[in-house]
Amino acid sequence: MGMSFEKAGDGKYCLNVNGYVCPHPQIYTKKALEKLASGDVLELLFDNPSSGESIEQMIENDGNELLDKQNQSGQFIWRIQKS
Amino acid sequence: MQQPVADAVTADGVIGTVTTEDEKRRKHRLWAKGLLGFFAFISVGTYIYNEYYIYLSVYLWFGLIYGMCLQYGKFCFSSAFRDLFAIRVPRMLVGIVIATLLFGAVSAPITASGLSTFHAAPVSEHAIIAGIFFGVGMVIAGGCASSSLYKTGEGNINALIVILSISVTQALFADVGGWANAFVPESWTQSAAEKGLPASITVTDGWVDQYLAGYVWNKPALTYAQILGLPNDSVAGAFVGNLFVGIMLPAGILLAVVYVVYWRKSFLNKRKKAGKPVSGIGTELAGYWSLIIANKRTAIAGLILGIACALHMLVIQGLRVKFGFKNAGVLLDRIGWDFGLSVQGTVFDPGYWYVTTQEAQWVGWVLQKMGIENLDNIYFGFVNGIPNPAINPADWMSLALIGGAAIMALYHNEFKFKKPTWETAMWSVIGGFFMGIGARLGLGCNVGAFFVRVANGDASGWLFGLGMAAGAYLGVKFFNWWTERKLAKEMASCGL
Repeated sequence: MGMSFEKAGDGKYCLNVNGYVCPHPQIYTKKALEKLASGDVLELLFDNPSSGESIEQMIENDGNELLDKQNQSGQFIWRIQKS
Repeated sequence: MQQPVADAVTADGVIGTVTTEDEKRRKHRLWAKGLLGFFAFISVGTYIYNEYYIYLSVYLWFGLIYGMCLQYGKFCFSSAFRDLFAIRVPRMLVGIVIATLLFGAVSAPITASGLSTFHAAPVSEHAIIAGIFFGVGMVIAGGCASSSLYKTGEGNINALIVILSISVTQALFADVGGWANAFVPESWTQSAAEKGLPASITVTDGWVDQYLAGYVWNKPALTYAQILGLPNDSVAGAFVGNLFVGIMLPAGILLAVVYVVYWRKSFLNKRKKAGKPVSGIGTELAGYWSLIIANKRTAIAGLILGIACALHMLVIQGLRVKFGFKNAGVLLDRIGWDFGLSVQGTVFDPGYWYVTTQEAQWVGWVLQKMGIENLDNIYFGFVNGIPNPAINPADWMSLALIGGAAIMALYHNEFKFKKPTWETAMWSVIGGFFMGIGARLGLGCNVGAFFVRVANGDASGWLFGLGMAAGAYLGVKFFNWWTERKLAKEMASCGL
């Protein structure tokens, strides 16, 4: 399965990078967030634990907000709001 | 939505609901304990069989510690440079600097007392070129040589493909001759032939053989202590030359540059929002410290890793003195495993953390068993040998590293089998290929040619690191182009 980016509702988007290893999840996340409007929410699906460490710091450094993060046996689902 | 599977009584005596997620977590932790028990069984069982096996078990347990630390801190040398260039996140670079400083600080007294197992490598521009190959490869592969091991322990099959690619590339590259001899400068061939190597080593047939004996071996092997004219195994040499000049000074400058370029702006923005002062030396120091402790897991992993690496050298040296040998080839011979020893009777026995040579060795061993001669080159036949992987000390370390990472991943519920796609498998093979070439040109990987060397004051370590950074930059440039192209197509369908 490849990367997918879908609109999930008004101001809500879903980026699925399951199966990808570094650096793909963090680069795709950065690029996706850059193109969203302020207030938009990105649901990020990934399963590469080490990407999470970098993505979390990237979100903080860029001033975005990590609304929620779930770990379901190595399947990570994060919701990020663009500042 | 988690599905309840049964009622259960918690530790507080409260009746709760066990979900499938809880059940998975429980099973994962059981597997973690089982793996730990397996390694303990191997150690105890082999020791009872023959006390010499304790030497291999030391490699095994330090490998286990390395694996646990790497997985806990998501410790990846590729990430250190790649995330800095790609997403401006310095957490991993900071972790690696902490680990290197700690490793260096604990190594210094060991070096000063003459008990270090470390030997400096030749210093020249070859280390930079090798680093560039390695740096490009580790970004394309999605991880360096050591992180590919720990990610394999997390159930990542892409990482396993990277390891296979590094292993096969190295073994083939180390032995390639014939047509490749045409690319060897005449001066290398002549110089290699003059080294007087044993007749079993066909030194003038093989690109890597002539590169090693005709070029690399002619370069000086220097530590910073020796550059300053100090004996390496003296207090002044180890602490002033190797630790202060070789590690603390460049590491401090590197962190200061990272702080100014990648950290300061966002730190000051956060302070401004919080209504705190945004100027003055106190603010800058607070910012510098916040960079160090930004990711506690990485910092803690770096701290333990650094100390473990130095202790590993000390324990191995102690066992060498106890058993009266300088290389595990003697040990393997004593316990009756003499197949695959080098012409000098040696095998690869670094005495510290190393990754790539043992990966090449198992492929070399397989090829030898298939009738393809591999003991006629310098890499295998003169130096490292190709012992049975089941009895190779460094292989015990790498397998335990994978096991240690699996234990930690299972314990934290981060273990998941991840099948590769055609795209990710392709990156793994290509990245592993470049890392394999870089590792042989640089006589080591991100661990052996960079981390261990820098921490022990070897002047070639920072050169390899410089090459790795340049290679990572090129790799990031490529992936920026690749991902931009793919994401633009997906986002266009959403009107973005």
